[in-house]
Amino acid sequence: MAKQKVSTGSTTAKPVFDYAPAPESRAIVDIKPSYGLFINGEFVDGGGTSFKTINPATEEVLAEIAEASEADIDTAVKAARRAHSRVWGRMPGKERAKYLYRIARIMQERGREIAVLESIDNGKPIKESRDVDVPVAAAHFFYYAGWADKLEYSGYGTQSLGVAAQVIPWNFPLLMLAWKIAPALAAGNTVVLKPAETTPLTALLFAEICQQADLPPGVVNIVTGAGDTGHFLVGHDDVDKVAFTGSTDVGRAIAKAVAGTNKKVTLELGGKAANIVFDDAPIDQAVEGIVNGIFFNQGHVCCAGSRLLVQESIAEEVLERLKRRMATLRVGDPLDKNTDVGAINSAEQLARIKQLSAIGEEEGAGRWSPPCDLPSTGFWFPPTLFTGVTQAHRIAREEIFGPVLSVLTFRTPAEAVEKANNTPYGLSAGVWTDKGSRILWMANQLRAGVVWANTFNKFDPTSPFGGYKESGYGREGGRHGLEGYLKGTN
Amino acid sequence: MARIDVRKTYKLYIGGAFPRSESGYSYVVNDAKGKFMANASLASRKDARDAVQAARKAFPGWAGRTAYNRAQIVYRIAEVMEDRRPQFVDAVQKSEGRTAAQANKVVDEAIDRLVWYAGWADKITQVVGGANPVAGPFFNLSTPEPTGVVAVFAPQESSLLGLVSVVAPAIVVGNTVVVTSSYERPLPAVTFAEVLATSDVPGGVINVLTGSAATTGPWLASHMDVNAIDLTGVAGDADLAKSLEEASAENLKRVRRAPSAEPDWSLDPGTDRMTGVLETKTVWHPIGI
Amino acid sequence: MTTTPTTTASASSAAGNSFSDVTSSESALRRFLHGLPGVDQVGAEARATALGTRSIKTTAKDYAIDLAIRMVDLTTLEGQDTHGKVRALANKAMRPDPADPTCPATAAVCVYPDMVGIAKETLGTSGVNVAAVATAFPSGRAALDIKLADTRDAVEAGADEIDMVIDRGAFLSGRYLEVYDEIVAVKEACGPAHLKVIFETGELQTYDNVRRASWLAMMAGGHFIKTSTGKVQPAATLPVTMIMLEAVRDFREATGQMIGVKPAGGIRTSKDAIKYLVMVNEVAGPDWLDPDWFRFGASTLLNDLLMQRTKMTTGRYSGPDYFTLD
Repeated sequence: MAKQKVSTGSTTAKPVFDYAPAPESRAIVDIKPSYGLFINGEFVDGGGTSFKTINPATEEVLAEIAEASEADIDTAVKAARRAHSRVWGRMPGKERAKYLYRIARIMQERGREIAVLESIDNGKPIKESRDVDVPVAAAHFFYYAGWADKLEYSGYGTQSLGVAAQVIPWNFPLLMLAWKIAPALAAGNTVVLKPAETTPLTALLFAEICQQADLPPGVVNIVTGAGDTGHFLVGHDDVDKVAFTGSTDVGRAIAKAVAGTNKKVTLELGGKAANIVFDDAPIDQAVEGIVNGIFFNQGHVCCAGSRLLVQESIAEEVLERLKRRMATLRVGDPLDKNTDVGAINSAEQLARIKQLSAIGEEEGAGRWSPPCDLPSTGFWFPPTLFTGVTQAHRIAREEIFGPVLSVLTFRTPAEAVEKANNTPYGLSAGVWTDKGSRILWMANQLRAGVVWANTFNKFDPTSPFGGYKESGYGREGGRHGLEGYLKGTN
Repeated sequence: MARIDVRKTYKLYIGGAFPRSESGYSYVVNDAKGKFMANASLASRKDARDAVQAARKAFPGWAGRTAYNRAQIVYRIAEVMEDRRPQFVDAVQKSEGRTAAQANKVVDEAIDRLVWYAGWADKITQVVGGANPVAGPFFNLSTPEPTGVVAVFAPQESSLLGLVSVVAPAIVVGNTVVVTSSYERPLPAVTFAEVLATSDVPGGVINVLTGSAATTGPWLASHMDVNAIDLTGVAGDADLAKSLEEASAENLKRVRRAPSAEPDWSLDPGTDRMTGVLETKTVWHPIGI
Repeated sequence: MTTTPTTTASASSAAGNSFSDVTSSESALRRFLHGLPGVDQVGAEARATALGTRSIKTTAKDYAIDLAIRMVDLTTLEGQDTHGKVRALANKAMRPDPADPTCPATAAVCVYPDMVGIAKETLGTSGVNVAAVATAFPSGRAALDIKLADTRDAVEAGADEIDMVIDRGAFLSGRYLEVYDEIVAVKEACGPAHLKVIFETGELQTYDNVRRASWLAMMAGGHFIKTSTGKVQPAATLPVTMIMLEAVRDFREATGQMIGVKPAGGIRTSKDAIKYLVMVNEVAGPDWLDPDWFRFGASTLLNDLLMQRTKMTTGRYSGPDYFTLD
């Protein structure tokens, strides 16, 4: 019979509940040795050189990818222009809608395949690509499909802009593609999209989906490449719209590049979100929210809750709980269904995370990570937190874009707001408290485009997303997401 | 002997006060026929800086007022303008070289435009915001919020109606403004500032600089504490517009580009001058017991 | 397992001491319980769902299935129960898979007090405990002395464990001290038997209430906290159990004392049981992965565990005909 005992946690010799590897099968994906560009409905060889995309968890080369040259970009933009003026821009909205619905359905049908490919190319855990990236991406197409024949109710008019140049990051390759392409197409634009150079594969798979959907040639063009390719695309004279998600530095450069043109621009840039925990917070959910806020997708999230602001009176308790929770995070093989934290996307990103973390230590912040064995090949960084961080520390100001949390404290709501807003960014913020009126007050005071109260990192096609200040401008998602792709009513 | 009239000194309007330009510079303002009217203060880099500081200081209080209150204050500007309409008619007539009838019409429209915008204060949120039906147990609401400090370049030709048409939409939704007036026709702007000072607009909400966009522009465009910039007043100067837009990129200002030519201000303005200086904030909260 | 007549009284006073201020008055107790951190329903349920997506395969699944079998309180709580039924159940508890001697026994059988004697007689020294529901189970609507007599009867008949129900009426109307005192009294009536305190979480409705009830029962000296009687829907759920696992985890942090958790009712498949074990592992911690600290109140679950166990050994899917129906 059971007896009351004070467990020391170490006396028990019983076997440990050690989750055996549960890998998702790779067999479902078929990665070709090399990929061309997707222009005017077909895959073509680019005129430029090529680059390799690798699996960041193993450093294995996955495929050779064509790097689009300036001439390739021109071909793609011309194809998009043709498709816009001859087909897509004239097609009744209700017909465009059906193509978008088709795409949404095919994404659902091929969901597992896409998820596995995403995890292989990006390094993110399969459970996230399977449960978040792919279903939310499909939902975006489904949502915007319905707008295509209802634009007159949008408040932004019904006139498409023309050709949209879209450049997306590597953190949510397919999802960011969906955020860009779905509203653009719904509004009647055609697109030339450049995926990030480290994660081109799901965009190229999406090109195949467009073929399966019989989308008219030239409506969607996928051009692969790095910074130069993006530069050519954004700078092309015949694009009407530039949509970019990525770093604030590149966003700034784009804003300069389009100055003096008529290109409409939306920018979704960096962040340094505060996740604010009050002493009356639902504590276990707050700890979950902190973990989800910074360790979701290895912290490669522009809206990550990278600054934990915790009320001093409960700081110690929250830290203890947080550390205990972090110790249960499973870091490793992205394709293992039990992996919580996958691989860092690239060697460059890993170097930046390491560098900023080293600076955190040099500046005197206390560094802590749970014990965890990292694989010997690939790019890895353990979930990490820094205590004793102040607003003066670089790790509290600069976007690390990795699984690194800075912990700061505050005493009063006003101080929390002051610290939360004390950044050039303004993308997102989190608030945890059980007091309703305080939630609303905080939500009012925070200068951020998305405020998650008693939750964090939630996304939905109907919910506008985008930043204040240097986090960019324009909104993606919801009715607001159409504004960037329509001429307006004035 | 005829009485010698007392002339007005035309000054800047910054933080609710009427300073001369800190530079000590002024410039000659002639009427449309080339006759001397006044020496206007020539706003300098430092005036622009001071105006931004005043606008920033006024921002939280102004944005934090109830929409109803902002509506009443903007309406109050219209009331006071109506009261001083002869002065505006005279200023417009001389500045723009119009007939009395034309000037009267312009003043009517300017006052009516303020009344129109006043009413928007407590409606724009409902028109552009709303609940989002997310696929989960969450309350999700998008609300517009003012972006912050807006640098506005008022149109060069329409010295009053144009001015009102670019300033009113920015402030009525809660922003504070640093406006650089028409260079050659600044006097209606100064009179407008005098109206502001005697209506209920808190100091710093609208700051009026008279002078050249080419002078104040670069400092306002590159100012890291300005959130948005409206280049309407540099219409026709593509090079200046481009360089100001480039400078504005430094802190990702929201930019309203210069039109190729000055718009027809008598047309229905629509809502985009308000929405262009609004942010959308989306708040999520779980729904549970 | 050994039946250790641990000093229940001293255990209770140890717990009692650290909370003597809290339980000194109705208002102090209410202040304490209402001062516990709130639970956000949506966040809690999302976390429980996320834990449910763990994929437990091969060796981990072998381990989990055997552990789950060892944690089962094989239960029959029907008006139609007879000696024959209970005897059959007890035999099944001792030898769940007669064809496979390596299959472990369950933790206990759980019966009404009048069936304790026959259960005890059948189980003998097998090590399988007899648990009896008492205190006017399942409604708990009887006078205290009747509840105590019910408890004593069961213990005298040989029950090793008593599963009591709290007075939900008192709890919901805020008479926490009354609930507390009743648990203390039942505990005393238990003598050497161990006490599981059933909340009937389906009636408490909110997770905040479940957290409060958990602390109330732990402070009152219960050895286990248990979700449900199985007679009210919803019975055990993953999120409710998670709230209780958080409570025992926090209670150990505060007092050094470990309390067990027993979800009961509605857990029918191995897949479900494994989700619970994952939750135990990651929320309370591996120390709770032991029949001393975690139980499943279930009846049909056992056969599904056995079918899965056979599948793991033979590589073939099995069928109900190959397992005893008792």
